[in-house]
Amino acid sequence: MTDSSDNRKMSGRRRFLLVATSVAGAVAGVGIATPFMRSMMPSERAKAAGAPVEVDVDKLEPGMLLTVEWRGKVVWILRRTPEMLGTLEKLNAQLADPDSQREQQPAYAQNPVRSIKPEILVVEGVCTHLGCSPVYRKDIAPADLGADWLGGFFCPCHGSKFDLAGRVYKGVPAPSNLVVPPHTYLSDSRLLIGSESKESA
Amino acid sequence: MSKQQNSIMEWIDKRFPLTTTWKAHLSEYYAPKNFNFWYYFGSLALLVLVNQLLTGIFLTMNYKPDASLAFSSVEYIMRDVDFGWLIRYMHSTGASMFFVVVYLHMFRGMMYGSYRKPRELLWLIGMAIFFVLMSLAFTGYILPWGQMSYWGAQVIVSMFGAIPFIGETLSNWILGDFMLSDAALNRFFAYHVVTLPVLIVVLVFVHIIALHEVGSNNPDGIEIKANKDPRTGIPVDGIPFHPYYTVKDIFGVVGFLIVFCGIIFFAPEMGGYFLEDNNFIPANTLQTPDHIAPVWYFTPYYSMLRAVTVNFLWIDAKLWGVILMAAAVVIFCFLPWLDRSPVKSIRYKGPYFKIALTLFVISFFVLGWLGTKAPTPLYTLLAQIFTVIYFAFFLLMPWYSKIDKTKPEPKNVTK
Repeated sequence: MTDSSDNRKMSGRRRFLLVATSVAGAVAGVGIATPFMRSMMPSERAKAAGAPVEVDVDKLEPGMLLTVEWRGKVVWILRRTPEMLGTLEKLNAQLADPDSQREQQPAYAQNPVRSIKPEILVVEGVCTHLGCSPVYRKDIAPADLGADWLGGFFCPCHGSKFDLAGRVYKGVPAPSNLVVPPHTYLSDSRLLIGSESKESA
Repeated sequence: MSKQQNSIMEWIDKRFPLTTTWKAHLSEYYAPKNFNFWYYFGSLALLVLVNQLLTGIFLTMNYKPDASLAFSSVEYIMRDVDFGWLIRYMHSTGASMFFVVVYLHMFRGMMYGSYRKPRELLWLIGMAIFFVLMSLAFTGYILPWGQMSYWGAQVIVSMFGAIPFIGETLSNWILGDFMLSDAALNRFFAYHVVTLPVLIVVLVFVHIIALHEVGSNNPDGIEIKANKDPRTGIPVDGIPFHPYYTVKDIFGVVGFLIVFCGIIFFAPEMGGYFLEDNNFIPANTLQTPDHIAPVWYFTPYYSMLRAVTVNFLWIDAKLWGVILMAAAVVIFCFLPWLDRSPVKSIRYKGPYFKIALTLFVISFFVLGWLGTKAPTPLYTLLAQIFTVIYFAFFLLMPWYSKIDKTKPEPKNVTK
């Protein structure tokens, strides 16, 4: 290697060995990294968790919000009064996605009230901005939210606003409507969250 | 040195370059003789790092990284472990003070042009340390598993979810679960006590080696190596780091420790700025606190995150907020190439740079203050204005630094 004529021989066998060793090393590097990276994905135990949740909505008073936990997420069940349902249409012009065009709900909740039964709203109480849980603000025209507030959900983290169907306002950080989780009614009052099949979990 | 000591040193030096290292980095490392107040913060950052490592080790002896035990184990340290309160407050106050000294250290570099050639790489290594420090602060804040730990982490991890296509898989990979849970707490503990401390120690070492290779900048921003004594080869304006600056830095350490102890003993929570009130409530996965804000050192960036409220191009407001926030931190890395001024130090720069730097500092503080407040339309508007000023400082720099009216640099350092 001290001689320059030796260095020129680099073009032959030595270059091949250098490239071969580098490639083999890179392959080995990716190979050994794979189990470590994979070990950080949700474990089998985490995947197995998250069974559907059954809720009795019979005792829910009009205007009352019930919070349940499903897969570690906040899920709200709100029994809306006729007045509350009446506010929805008035707000259409102020909303980013009033007709629920984006896929934030199952097909059976893609309607003006975003629910199966008009009065009962089932949504994930997780802000679509950065995952905070908004606050239920049913008071009309409070000082902090302005005179045209007709009730809805307000996220204290970054100021996103949603109406009583979980539809997002324009000009707030959250990009889309609140997510409606898969759910179904096992009977008139028994609500199942997390599954669409009538057979109870 | 006695004869015996001499022979011990000789024995070691034949086996390890102890005397050579001592000379190269301390007794014969020549630093400019005109260092002022602003040059305390490098050595203070090192002091705080040692404080964090030491107190951190003792905290792990009693802390439990388990979602059901974490909160009460911290309370156990505070109430039942002898001097546990002191060790924990040293650690939590140290975290905030780390950012105080690092922000001042960075500001020093911006004032005196310490990022300019030949110190670009030194600056970039410093930025890497800053990124690791932010990660350490974030992972550390999660560990008590209080309300702010939980919801703060929720917000930060959701940011990765904003990345198109891979977002959801990425956030599951980060969390090790489909939501923020015990799995995440456990792994953030691993990062906080093993991965990141090792990284930061290595980077600090590399930072110092790079500094000693190029030599320290000074308040005049001139190269002392350009003016060496022809007989000795030592810079005319240089003095040996030891004993001159070791003694000066000890003075700085004493002053710093007075403030540090004052906080630990009289205001460890600093009115909710160092330790937030809501973090004394155990994490509740079903309820976000009414008002959530990060710890003070992240609030300027947090303000920018929520300042974006309009969708632009095909990217929605949420992702823009995340991009803007990341850009606000990363943009410091480009300073060496954005500054086109013929001089380094603010002492010889013209009015444009002075105005720009002042506006930048004001916007940093205003954004920081806004980040602690609940969002209102007025505050959001203010945040938007000051975000623009913040970025203008960097993005317009190639232009205003070039046309600015500078003064000639002196040949020798001044007082």
